[in-house]
Amino acid sequence: MATIKKKVDAVIVGMGWTGAIMAKRLTDEGLHVVALERGPDRDTQPDFAYPRVVDELEGSVHRRFLQSLGQETFTIRHGINDTAVPFRQMGSFKPGTGVGGAGAHWSGCHFRPLPEDMNFRSSMAERYGSKFIPDDMTIQDFPVSYKELEPYLDHYEYVCGTSGKAGVINGVVQQGGNPFEGSRSREYPLGANADYLGAEMFHKAAREMGYHSYPIPASNASGPYVNPYGCQLGPCNFCGFCSDYGCLNYSKASPNACILPVLRQRKNFELRTHAHVLKVNLDDEGKQATGVTYLDAEGREVEQPADIVLLCAFSLFNVQLMLLSGIGKPYNPETGEGTVGKNYSYQNLNRVVLFFNKDVQANGFMGIGGGGATFDDLNGKQLDNAAAGFVGGGIIWARQPGAGPVRGIPVPSGTPAWGSDWKRAVADSFRHTFYFEVQGACMSYRQHYLDLDPQYRDAFGRPLLRMTFDWHNNEIKASQFLVDKALQMSRVLNPRAMTGESKKEGARYNATQYQSTHTCGGAIMGDSPSNSALNRYLQSWDVANVFAIGANAFPQNNGYNPTGLVGGLAYWAADAICKQYLKNPGPLVQA
Amino acid sequence: MLAQEVGMSSDNDKSVARRNFLRTSLSLIPAVTLSGSVLATGDTDAKRNPSSETPADARPYQPTFFKPLEWAFLLAACDRLIPADDIGPGALESGVPEFIDRHMQTPYASGDIWYRQGPFIDSLSEFGYQGRLALREIIQIGIAAIEKYCLAEFSGKRFSDLTAEQQTDILKAAEGGKLELEDISAKLFFSQLLAETRNGYFSDPLHGGNKNMGAWKMIGYPGMRADYLDWVGVRDRAYPLPPVDLSGKRG
Ligand SMILES: Cc1cc2nc3c(=O)[nH]c(=O)nc-3n(C[C@H](O)[C@H](O)[C@H](O)COP(=O)(O)OP(=O)(O)OC[C@H]3O[C@@H](n4cnc5c(N)ncnc54)[C@H](O)[C@@H]3O)c2cc1C
Ligand code: SF4
Repeated sequence: MATIKKKVDAVIVGMGWTGAIMAKRLTDEGLHVVALERGPDRDTQPDFAYPRVVDELEGSVHRRFLQSLGQETFTIRHGINDTAVPFRQMGSFKPGTGVGGAGAHWSGCHFRPLPEDMNFRSSMAERYGSKFIPDDMTIQDFPVSYKELEPYLDHYEYVCGTSGKAGVINGVVQQGGNPFEGSRSREYPLGANADYLGAEMFHKAAREMGYHSYPIPASNASGPYVNPYGCQLGPCNFCGFCSDYGCLNYSKASPNACILPVLRQRKNFELRTHAHVLKVNLDDEGKQATGVTYLDAEGREVEQPADIVLLCAFSLFNVQLMLLSGIGKPYNPETGEGTVGKNYSYQNLNRVVLFFNKDVQANGFMGIGGGGATFDDLNGKQLDNAAAGFVGGGIIWARQPGAGPVRGIPVPSGTPAWGSDWKRAVADSFRHTFYFEVQGACMSYRQHYLDLDPQYRDAFGRPLLRMTFDWHNNEIKASQFLVDKALQMSRVLNPRAMTGESKKEGARYNATQYQSTHTCGGAIMGDSPSNSALNRYLQSWDVANVFAIGANAFPQNNGYNPTGLVGGLAYWAADAICKQYLKNPGPLVQA
Repeated sequence: MLAQEVGMSSDNDKSVARRNFLRTSLSLIPAVTLSGSVLATGDTDAKRNPSSETPADARPYQPTFFKPLEWAFLLAACDRLIPADDIGPGALESGVPEFIDRHMQTPYASGDIWYRQGPFIDSLSEFGYQGRLALREIIQIGIAAIEKYCLAEFSGKRFSDLTAEQQTDILKAAEGGKLELEDISAKLFFSQLLAETRNGYFSDPLHGGNKNMGAWKMIGYPGMRADYLDWVGVRDRAYPLPPVDLSGKRG
C-alpha cells in the first residue's frame, strides 16, 4: 500500500529548468508546490566545487552528472518494422538527473526562435507552395507566435544573465548583432563574451563569405550580474569544463544558480529528491489527474495528491509518463491517429575540424560552453529552400566548450589510432585545432514517433520508451548543403588539414555518437486535439489539470538549441496557469 | 622557439634514456615471472638513477584485479598501444596498467551505468554494443581469447613472448576486426582496451596513470587549472604555464 501524502496545489515532476521555472512562478502566486526529483540534490557548493568537479574521467567517462542507464533507458529502431534494441550506453543524447537536471550541465547556447520558426509550416507553404512539403513530413505551426512569446523569452534571458549582442531592438537593426532575428524589446542583460581564436577566425571567414556573423547568445555570464530574483552570477573564466559539468564559478546559468536559491527559502515550496515518479494518477473517468505515484529513496511507493500536475521531466520522460498514465491517445503511425508520441524529432549536427601549424594558438582547453560565433544567413527566411532543395535551415558556428584529452583529441584523417604516429599527431594537434559545427533543423515525419517498448523494461518494471527515428533524405540533403558551406568557409582560413563530412546518401541514425541532447516532440502543442497532445498553453487536451513542459511541445526542431524556447514556453504556460487556469480550472482552449 | 616547448624537449631527452632502459629490461623478462620482475626492475631503476624523476614513493604497483598472466598481457599490449619514444612517455612509465587495474574495480567497469537487461539481440552497429558483458568482463575475456589464439598460432607462445612486430600485427588485426577469437569480438575487445589505455594515459594522476603528468606535458595541456580568462585574447604566445593536477601538484 502506498503512503498517501497531504494534498498540495501543484506537484512538479522533475527539477530541471522547466521544473524550477514553474515552481518559481507558481509559488510567487502563493500556491503550495511539491517538486519530486528522481536524482540527488545538487548545488554549486559542494557538488560543483573546484577541483573535484573538473575530473575529466568522472565527468566525461563515468558521466557523473548524467542519468544512469542502469535504472532506465530507451529503445531505438530505425523503422516501424524493425525490432528496437536498448540504448545501453550513453551515446547520441545525454539526459540529466538530479536537481538542476541537464540545466546544471548544459553548455549555455541560449537562442530564441526566429519568428518564422513559430509558423513554420505556413511560412514554407507560403513561400514555395504546400507541394514543396513532402507528404510524409508532418511539420506544423506552433500555436503561439514569436510576438506573443517575446516577453517570456526576454524574461528567461534576464533570469539567465544571457551574454550577447542584440541584432534588432524594437524593429531597429543594431550593429554587431544578428540582423535577421525577431525584434526584441531590449538588449541582452550582459555584453558578449570575449572571442577565443577559433571564434575570431570564424568572424573573419564569415565576413569574407559575406555572412552576417554575430556572437552566440550565451548563458555563461560575461561579467558580474544580479538577476531579477536577486541571484548573483560571476564572470565565466573559460574554465573548459562546461558541457557535462556543473559550473564551478556561479557563471553558467542553471536552475541551481539562478532560481533555486530563491525557492529553497520558500515555505510554500518543498523539494523531495530521490523521488522517482512512476505515473500520473487519473480519476475513474480518466479526465482529471488526482496526483502522482512515486518511489522514495528506499523504494517505497508514495502517492502525492495534487490539484495540478506539471510534467517537467525532460521531453522524452514527459512523453513516457503520459503514455504510462493513459493521458491522451497514443499515436499510431499506420493510421496517423492518436497524438501522444507523434512528431518526434531531433537535431541535425555535423562537425568540421581545422588543424593548424604550431604558431596558431587555438588552445582548445580554454573553453566556454555557449560562447562563440555564428550566423543566420542560411537559416529561416534567409535561406532559399527551393534552390537548396530541402525544408528547414540551420546555423554554422564556432564553439569551444573545452577540450580535454580524455574527451578525445581530434587528429587529421589517416592518422592511426595508436602508436608513435598517433602520439605525434595528438601532440601536434592538441593546442592548434578548433572546429566549426553545422547545426541544422530536423523535420518531423509520419513514421518517426515515440511509444512504449513491447519487450524491455526499466528497473521498476515499466516499459521503456521506444524511439523510431532515422535520417530522411531532407535532413541528409540539408547536412550536405550546410557542411559544404562550412568547408568553403574553413578553406578561407587555410588550415594545414581539415576533417569533417556531411551525412552521405543513405546515412542511418547512429545512436552511439554524441550529437546533441536536443530531442524534441512526442507530446506537441497545436491548435486542435486532432493534431496535437497539448494546447497552446502546454495543457493536455485530454486531462486539463496536466501540463507537459519541455521540448516535447515542439512540432519539429528549428536550427537552434532548444532551451531558450523551452524556457520561454515554460514562463508562458506558467503565466496562463496563474492568470487564467487558477480562476477557472479547466481547458484553457476550447476544443 | 617557445619557452615551454624548449622545456618539454629537454624533459624528453632526459627521460628517453630511462624509457629505453625500462623497455629493454621488460623485454628480457620471461612473461610468466613478469609481474614479480617489474617490481625488481623498478627498484633497480630507482637505485641506478637516484636523481631520476621517479619519486621515492613510486613503489611498483601490484595488481589486485588482474592475475599474473593477464597482467603480463596488459603490460605488453599497453607498451605497443602507447610506446615510449622521443615524442613523450609511454604507457608503461605513465602507469597505464595500474590505472586499468584500478579502473576495473570501479562501478563503471562493472557496468553500473549501462543498461544490462536482456534479451540481448544482435543489431546494427549504429545501436552500439548489445551484448551482456560489462567492461571488466570484456577486458578479461578478451585477454584470455587472445592468449588462446597466440598459444595455438605461435607454437605455445604467449602474447608477451612474441616480438613487438608480431604483437603489433595481432593488435592491428583485432582493431580491424580481422582476428577471429572464440567467445568475443576482437574488435570490441580492442576498442575497449584502447579506450582504457587512453583514459589511463590522459586522466588525472589521481586515478593511477599519467604519472608526473607526462602525457599532459607532451601535448601541452595545463591540466586542472580551469581558469583562462586572462589568456583567452592572447594570440602571439604559447600558453606558458605547466600543468597542475587535482591534488594541486605542479608538473
Ligand atoms: C551536455 C549537454 C549540453 C547541452 N547544451 C545545451 C545548449 O548549449 N543550449 C541549449 O539550448 N540546450 C542545451 N542542452 C539541452 C538542455 O539541457 C535541455 O534542453 C534542458 O535542460 C531541458 O530542460 P527540462 O526542464 O526539460 O529538462 P531537464 O533540465 O533535463 O530536467 C528534467 C529533470 O526531471 C527529472 N526526472 C526525469 N524523470 C523523472 C521522474 N520519473 N521522476 C522524477 N524526476 C524525473 C530528471 O532527473 C531531471 O532532473 C544540453 C544538454 C546536455 C546534456
Ligand atoms: S566555461 Fe564558464 S560557464 Fe562554463 S563551467 Fe566554466 S566557468 Fe562556468
